[in-house]
Amino acid sequence: MVPFALSLLVLLPLVGAAIVLLIPKGQKSDSLIKWFAVVWSVIPLLLASYLWFVLFDPNASKMQFEEAYLWISSINVRYHVGVDGLSMPLVWLTTLLTVLGLFYSSYVIHERAREFFFMFLLLETGMIGVFVSLDFFLFYVFWELGLVPMYFLIAIWGHAEDRPQYSAIKFFLYTLVGSVLMLLAIIAMYINTSTATTPGTFDLIELATKRPFANDFVFASLAFWGIFLAFAIKVPLFPFHTWLPDAHTAAPTAGSVILAGILLKLGTYGFVRVLVPIFPQVFQANVLPIAILATISIVYGALVAMAQTDFKRLIAYSSVNHMGYVILGVAAAVAIGGANLTDRAIALNGAMLQMFNHGVITGALFFIVGILYERAHTRDLKSFGGLGAKTPVYGAILLTASFASLGLPGLAGFISEFMVFRGAFATLPLIATICVLGIVFGAAMMLWKVIQNVLLGVFDEKRWAEQEKHGVKLYDMTRFEVITLAPLLFLMVLIGVYPSVILNTLNTISVAILGQIVK
Amino acid sequence: MPDAQTLWLISPELVLAIFGLAILLFAIIWRERVYGALAWVALVGLALALAAAVNLWGAHARLFAGMYAVDMFALFFKIVAPIAGILVVLISMDYLRERTRYRGEFFVLLTFAILAMMMMASSANLLMIFLSIEFLSYMSYLLTGFLREDRKSNEAAIKYLLYGAITSAVMLYGLSLLYGISGSLNLGDVALTFSKSADTSVQTLALVATALVLAGLGFKISLVPFHQWAPDAYEGAPTPVTAFLSVGPKAVGFAVLLRFTLTTLPGLPEFANYWTPLLVIISIATMTLGNLVALRQTNVKRLLAYSSIAQAGYMLIGLVAVNLGGSSPFSGLNGVLIYLFAYLFTNLGAFVCVIAIENATGIVEIPEYAGLVKRAPLVAALFIVFFLSLAGIPPTAGFVGKFFVFGAALREGFLVLAAIGVLNSVISVFYYFGVVRAAFFLEPKDTSPIRVAPLVTLSLVVTAAMVLLIAVYPEPLFNLAAWSMAMLK
Repeated sequence: MVPFALSLLVLLPLVGAAIVLLIPKGQKSDSLIKWFAVVWSVIPLLLASYLWFVLFDPNASKMQFEEAYLWISSINVRYHVGVDGLSMPLVWLTTLLTVLGLFYSSYVIHERAREFFFMFLLLETGMIGVFVSLDFFLFYVFWELGLVPMYFLIAIWGHAEDRPQYSAIKFFLYTLVGSVLMLLAIIAMYINTSTATTPGTFDLIELATKRPFANDFVFASLAFWGIFLAFAIKVPLFPFHTWLPDAHTAAPTAGSVILAGILLKLGTYGFVRVLVPIFPQVFQANVLPIAILATISIVYGALVAMAQTDFKRLIAYSSVNHMGYVILGVAAAVAIGGANLTDRAIALNGAMLQMFNHGVITGALFFIVGILYERAHTRDLKSFGGLGAKTPVYGAILLTASFASLGLPGLAGFISEFMVFRGAFATLPLIATICVLGIVFGAAMMLWKVIQNVLLGVFDEKRWAEQEKHGVKLYDMTRFEVITLAPLLFLMVLIGVYPSVILNTLNTISVAILGQIVK
Repeated sequence: MPDAQTLWLISPELVLAIFGLAILLFAIIWRERVYGALAWVALVGLALALAAAVNLWGAHARLFAGMYAVDMFALFFKIVAPIAGILVVLISMDYLRERTRYRGEFFVLLTFAILAMMMMASSANLLMIFLSIEFLSYMSYLLTGFLREDRKSNEAAIKYLLYGAITSAVMLYGLSLLYGISGSLNLGDVALTFSKSADTSVQTLALVATALVLAGLGFKISLVPFHQWAPDAYEGAPTPVTAFLSVGPKAVGFAVLLRFTLTTLPGLPEFANYWTPLLVIISIATMTLGNLVALRQTNVKRLLAYSSIAQAGYMLIGLVAVNLGGSSPFSGLNGVLIYLFAYLFTNLGAFVCVIAIENATGIVEIPEYAGLVKRAPLVAALFIVFFLSLAGIPPTAGFVGKFFVFGAALREGFLVLAAIGVLNSVISVFYYFGVVRAAFFLEPKDTSPIRVAPLVTLSLVVTAAMVLLIAVYPEPLFNLAAWSMAMLK
């Protein structure tokens, strides 16, 4: 047993960030900062791995490694943290992607390194904090804590031609609009659960049993939609997605990886952790509109992605498509209909697995885009071609990640999307049928726009040679780039071939959640 | 001759009066030779007054035939006032040395201004309210125009004076109507007359009188539509004075407004039907106008002026939604007090940042903040902390304040008001982060490091530490606010 394990996980990156600030200035301080940050970030990864693979009980449906202390007694706010099968994989993924992001950045970030690594570690604290918080007040604090570092990561280290400052403030304001309405809902739930003699509660576990506004559908709906908006913007669900392509495109490579890999998951995680258990009735009453928004995200997201000529923007829009499956899975799991618990659990398992997979696959794809951009100084898909032969390692990795993304059997993406559809056909057959179009378009965008444009075709020797004058130099993946991507590729194959490694963990919790809400 | 007990109860005021007069004497007798030391004398006086106020904690008395209330509500503000004074003295020393020969009188005026704030907090009598407000106003006019050779400072003072004169005349008219209705100057007696009167015309007259009083207090608090003086006065005044004006008069303006409304108005059952909508409209107008106009500002002092107008709008939500019944932690009143306390450190902190830069470079235009992070990293970083707090984003003190005023609004069912409030705070992020944008993302023309004076650095660290501390450990502040409400129940 590790005492204060989760608190350590939250605090370690923060302490690391503070140390980064304290490293004295000097000629070598930049490389010192980089190596310190990378090595330091491995500690949370090791701790999270130990917690998940050794101590975590995948068959227990209750919270594990729980810690609870009274924080603000007059409003009954507790420092209450804990993980279950829903949050443990995401916490682990956060620590993994942070290590990879910092490792990759230590090679490519040359300006203002101190600030970069400080912000990145601060961001990690915010993200882990959201996943482990079981008190809504605490959850909100961490939720907001992640905003500021991401804002700086986009704005300072973004690519100048992508309007990073505009994209950064857009990201900030969009997220904030949702957050503040969620804050009102949080307070309203507290007031509603309080009585003349007892204080209300912010505790997510207690709220799920107390069900605030149980007898007042109007207020329950207001609170539901307030929280829904915060999460939907983060996911992002159509029509709240417009911040995403800008932010993704402008962000530096590691920033995009974290943004796609983790920050989007905060939204879907909120759906499963907060909206489903606390507002099951309202959610069920509104399944159809939510499923329709998911459908639009899936189909429209894929179509818009297909229309992009910018590699990074394409991947960004593909996130809208892929995150749509998560929401579809959640909606299918709670929908009113004839389906039994097994069908629903499959849908929710698929949604939860899709969160994890999307983090792995899209994280990898953003690294891949970044690697190409470092060489070509452009992301215009039309300016590539024939790279498969010239840079075979790069080609192989891009192929694998693209196939995983489009859902090729044997790779991770297939399993989760299959499960989402398997569940959705049982409860929302019509919607699921329409959503299959997303799979088709998704395959088209990856095969046609990415693989064909980048890897196949004729390599234009003359143009590349000419470009070399402008500092463009094409070479295959170097060792540090392969090291960065290797763990992600491994996970894609592992989950694709043997999904039980993670599904057992997820299944316990989705049965538990659904058991509480479906009669 | 008042007895010892009475003197004891007004010891904070006595300390300030004695020190103010002493500084005045020293400044007249020894002139330039002691100017440097006078700031330290003022600091000692303010610290003693703070200690005296803390020492009185728990007192509950009415002095001088009920004119003067020494209760925990008043003491809350008697703690706030010297803290503000101390911070303002710390940041004004270097600032004044650069700009004027007559530094000594500045600390006289400031000490008396703090004294006036304390008197406002204790006023429980119509006449006392008027006199103490006038006292504070005169000190404020003089402080605003303190840089005699600076035309902007003069213009600001004149504008401030003209607005102040008109609003205080209007308020005096309102007070005289209240006296006419009740035949007493004492707030308690006014309330009693209201509750006994069955005459509906009393209701109407009371509404008119209260609205007129609100004009005077709205001027101090800078509520729309009595806010127009603020941007010009803030911009022209010496920056430490701007810092003072943005927190001091606003805080005690709220003290009077709260005491006045919460003691006299419960006697009028129908009154809330008119009064509450009026306050809701003023609150929405104040927040929205302040924030929208702030979007267009390029001068950081003007920007903070409009921001502080908007902040007053948020605080007013707490008064709109006040409900002292029950055991809910969202009584509205505690929200205002917590908000004010958080705002004190936050806004002063933001102004310390402004002064740190202005002292060394004279810069107050936001575009010239370009590359500030390279020239003064601490100041640039703390700008973020204070702006996050002003915008109400955790983990900062401002978040705690907003949490409680919005909580009160939700408790009382003012959903739309709360929603407008939080959306306004989103708007405010845009202009606050405009400053951050300049400081962090733009390239500086001049890259020389900016030297920040030790006392200014100290004030920066103290205010930032308080902003974060209140967020991490807010319990003592809640208790302070909860006890302060005791007198009004």
